[in-house]
Amino acid sequence: MTGFDPFALAAAGLIAFGLYGFCVCGHPLRRLLAINLVGNGVFLALILIARRLPDGPDPVPHAMVLTGIVIAVSATAFGLALIRRQARPEDGGND
Amino acid sequence: MTEALPVLLVFVPFLAGLGQFVLGRAAPWCQQFVSGLNLILVLLLSSAVVHGDPVIADLGGWGEPLAIHLQADGLAALMLLLTAVLAVAVSLYAIPAFRDEPRPAWRFWTLWPLLLASLNALFLSRDLFNLYVTLELVTLGAIPLVLLAGPNKTVDAALRYLLFALLGSLVYLAGVALIYAQAGTLDLALLPAALPEGTLSGPLAAALIITGVLIKGAILPFHIWLPAAHGNAPAAVSAILSALVVKAAIYLLLRLWTGPLEPLVSNDAGQLLGALGATAILFGSWQAFRQSRLKLVVAYSTVAQLGYMLLFFPMAVTAAWQGAVYHGLAHGIAKAALFLAAGNILYYLGQDRLEALRGIDRPLAVSLLAFGLAGVSIMGLPPSGGFTAKWLLLSASLQTGQWWWTTVLIAGGLLAAGYIFRVLRLAFLQADDATAPHHGPVPGPLMAWTATALALLALALGLISAPLLDLLGEMPGGTS
Amino acid sequence: MSTAYQAMPLWVLLSSLLAAAIIFALGEGHPRLRIGINLAAALLKLVLVGVMLLGVRAGHEFIVRLPLVPGIELILHADALSMLFISLSAILWLATTIYAIAYLEDSPNRARFFGFFSLCVAATMGIATAGNLFTFFVFYEMLTLATWPLVVHRGTSKAMQAGRSYLCYTLGGSAVLLLGIVLLHSLAGPQEFVAGGTLADYAGSNPQALAVIFALLITGMGVKAALAPVHGWLPTAMVAPAPVSALLHAVAVVKAGAFGIVRVVYDVFGIELTQSLGFAEMLAVVASITIIYGSLRAIWQTDLKRRLAYSTVSQVSYIVLGVALANPLASIGGLVHLVHQGLMKITLFFCAGCYAETHGIHAIDELDGIGRRMPWTTAMFTLGALGMIGLPPLAGFVSKWYLGLGAVAGGQLWVVGVLLLSTLLNAIYFLPILHRAWFKPPPEADDGLAEAPMGLLGPTLFAGLAALAVGLFAGFDWSPLAWVELLVEREYSP
Repeated sequence: MTGFDPFALAAAGLIAFGLYGFCVCGHPLRRLLAINLVGNGVFLALILIARRLPDGPDPVPHAMVLTGIVIAVSATAFGLALIRRQARPEDGGND
Repeated sequence: MTEALPVLLVFVPFLAGLGQFVLGRAAPWCQQFVSGLNLILVLLLSSAVVHGDPVIADLGGWGEPLAIHLQADGLAALMLLLTAVLAVAVSLYAIPAFRDEPRPAWRFWTLWPLLLASLNALFLSRDLFNLYVTLELVTLGAIPLVLLAGPNKTVDAALRYLLFALLGSLVYLAGVALIYAQAGTLDLALLPAALPEGTLSGPLAAALIITGVLIKGAILPFHIWLPAAHGNAPAAVSAILSALVVKAAIYLLLRLWTGPLEPLVSNDAGQLLGALGATAILFGSWQAFRQSRLKLVVAYSTVAQLGYMLLFFPMAVTAAWQGAVYHGLAHGIAKAALFLAAGNILYYLGQDRLEALRGIDRPLAVSLLAFGLAGVSIMGLPPSGGFTAKWLLLSASLQTGQWWWTTVLIAGGLLAAGYIFRVLRLAFLQADDATAPHHGPVPGPLMAWTATALALLALALGLISAPLLDLLGEMPGGTS
Repeated sequence: MSTAYQAMPLWVLLSSLLAAAIIFALGEGHPRLRIGINLAAALLKLVLVGVMLLGVRAGHEFIVRLPLVPGIELILHADALSMLFISLSAILWLATTIYAIAYLEDSPNRARFFGFFSLCVAATMGIATAGNLFTFFVFYEMLTLATWPLVVHRGTSKAMQAGRSYLCYTLGGSAVLLLGIVLLHSLAGPQEFVAGGTLADYAGSNPQALAVIFALLITGMGVKAALAPVHGWLPTAMVAPAPVSALLHAVAVVKAGAFGIVRVVYDVFGIELTQSLGFAEMLAVVASITIIYGSLRAIWQTDLKRRLAYSTVSQVSYIVLGVALANPLASIGGLVHLVHQGLMKITLFFCAGCYAETHGIHAIDELDGIGRRMPWTTAMFTLGALGMIGLPPLAGFVSKWYLGLGAVAGGQLWVVGVLLLSTLLNAIYFLPILHRAWFKPPPEADDGLAEAPMGLLGPTLFAGLAALAVGLFAGFDWSPLAWVELLVEREYSP
């Protein structure tokens, strides 16, 4: 990890964009997307960190990213369901 | 055999939740059994911890670095104990509270054991990443519970809660990534030695982790999601959220601050956290005083009370450590009692606007008694757990010469008296007309007495602090 | 000694605490059973206190210790000074309970009232037997909380205002008190109440800290003792029912404050230290100002209970004055006034309650000719009032006499002036009432004999005659005066 690293820059950029979006966007859907941007930035950073071992990638960050993605997907799905309910409250009745 | 206890604590409620889900209809008795068993397991675990070293369970037998450990020390045992006691009380309370609504009841009896398992797992986790996972599980278990009060009413609050919680955990995860990049391990016990000193990214990682946890813990200025979520959820859920879920985040902060983050944090950072806590105490109490709905009063009171636990960080001596943790216990019990009592009032009146409370003392005498008794602990008046905690924190502030926290502690108590008595006085006021309008039946004895039992327990905490503080022990890694 | 006997203070405390718990649990439903339990508990307490009194007189000291917070114990310790306060409270609790049962007959929320009333008495027992400041504070706060529902019992907006004022003063006061206790604790560690005080070692090294602590402790307790300028809650609280006023003025609340000041001066700082640091003189000045100020304000009150309330502000400071003068004779005067003032003031408030309950009389100018209609009540009122003025050989005279002797012995002649002026003012605000009651003709419409019902009159007679007896028989072996002399002897010759 010496010198200019486009991946690191991309990770930092994603996190920064995401945080900016979370702060300035009012709509929950945009905020949810912003959070996903932050999440992808963090995951990218974790994959970069996996390069730290000289002989092949470190499995631990990879495991973390996989788990993180699972959580992020389910949380996003839950968030989307909530946003849909908020947008059309009459929908779904008892659901 | 004690190594099996942490594993059982996670898996028994987890499997119970899954079983409930598969069953497809509400089975409250099953949860009574689970929460009772959970309490027994925690008591066994606590007695093992108090007599010796932490209890450690090595899941699956993987070696480092992939090993997953569950570990119970004094702090974890106390939090598990708090959770277990509240689990018993809330589970009993929820039987009558959800009796007439089969669908929400089924969801409650499914989600609540899952949340219980997640909380237990959080308190038992020993590495930074598992803490991330369990924090997320707690959040994802808690938010759907908020929605049980009726989706149309609570969806805004739940969504806001979710967005903040997700942001908080990602910020936390970013910090964890930075830590791992430097130390190559996530194990809380190995981290302090593995962290290189004097790098720039170490304090940055600490700052990210702390910020993430503060967002989850609804500490000022990140409290904005809390009042709506806690104020609108069903009473049993509000009790769990206020007493346990946000407390879990503060627990994490205490654990990390005295463990892996210890070499990374400075005294100034402690003062900053203390200032946040002090602001939360004053602001939260003031907001609680201004609310016109009972449950919002109690919810803002949580914002204020969490601030007390943050006063540990600037002082960082054993008295403050004991005071902060004990405050967590006392507040947990007392706040659950307040929310259950408020829930009874809501159940009877069909609403919880404060002016509707005039002259309700006759039908709701027991619930009001619970509210008043729990209020004693919240105000920090003796004899109560809240007072013991306040006494310890006061001693710590004078011991460290940081008298400014003394004034905050005293002022916070007076402000709390303001909002508690503002509610109680309404109950003593004569009603203008004899027949105050109400919509529901008088809450049954189970609902009334679980709240009262918790309130009495909050008072009793003032008398039985010695064994509990013994279990907690000295501040870990205490340097001062 | 068996442990059960040694733990007497605990049983005394529990006798009213359990009564409170049972009364709350019974609810509104069983009035007869409630009355029975209430009276049984009050009688039981009286017996227990009697047993303890015998023990303490024989030189035994009862101590119970319960560990509370690491390093701090809850200590119940019955010594001679405790017994003075406990005996007074236990006797007056019985009288007030009987009075309250009659007074509140058929009014709503009686279970709530009697429950909190018993809780107040339990707290008072704790205050009296507290063996360190920490324990004292625990029960002091319990008293604050248990009294508030009684003050707001009527539920009117006036009562609510009184309750708010009461809470603002007392919770503010206890915050100050807590600060003082924590400071003392961080300076000197846990301190028990020991005759002669325990702080002499710190006088040389840290006099400023001691001064701050003393000021905080006295201010915190002064709120309940209604020392000027923090007396404001007491006159406002007179909107509460008469038994509550009796509780506030005689049985528990103001007494708790005064008693706390006595403890701080005698058993925490010690008289010598208090005097050598110059605190005693300041305390005497504050007490004197309160005595004069309370009396002056009482003159202008047209409401009977309000006038009595300001009279309490003035009279309770006699106790503080006696302690502050810091010599044996004045101490006797001050401490014995703890009992004398309690008996006289409860008589006066009982009478005021009888007037209000029987004829709806609240204002002083409605009292014309009441002596003919309610001779017994008015006779008791007269006894109380003359005692307050200090007419020999009544109780108030005994107190003032010893205070005066102490002032002369201590060379503080200005205090004698204060006492004389106060006596004059007492006469100015009490004698016109007596004149109206006995010598003015009653209004045309009603002048038949119409005494208060027996449930009200009985306790009133009892209190009035007791107030008379403690003065008349002050020289006897078992009088409060004799007890206080014994106590002061122990205090001054450790």
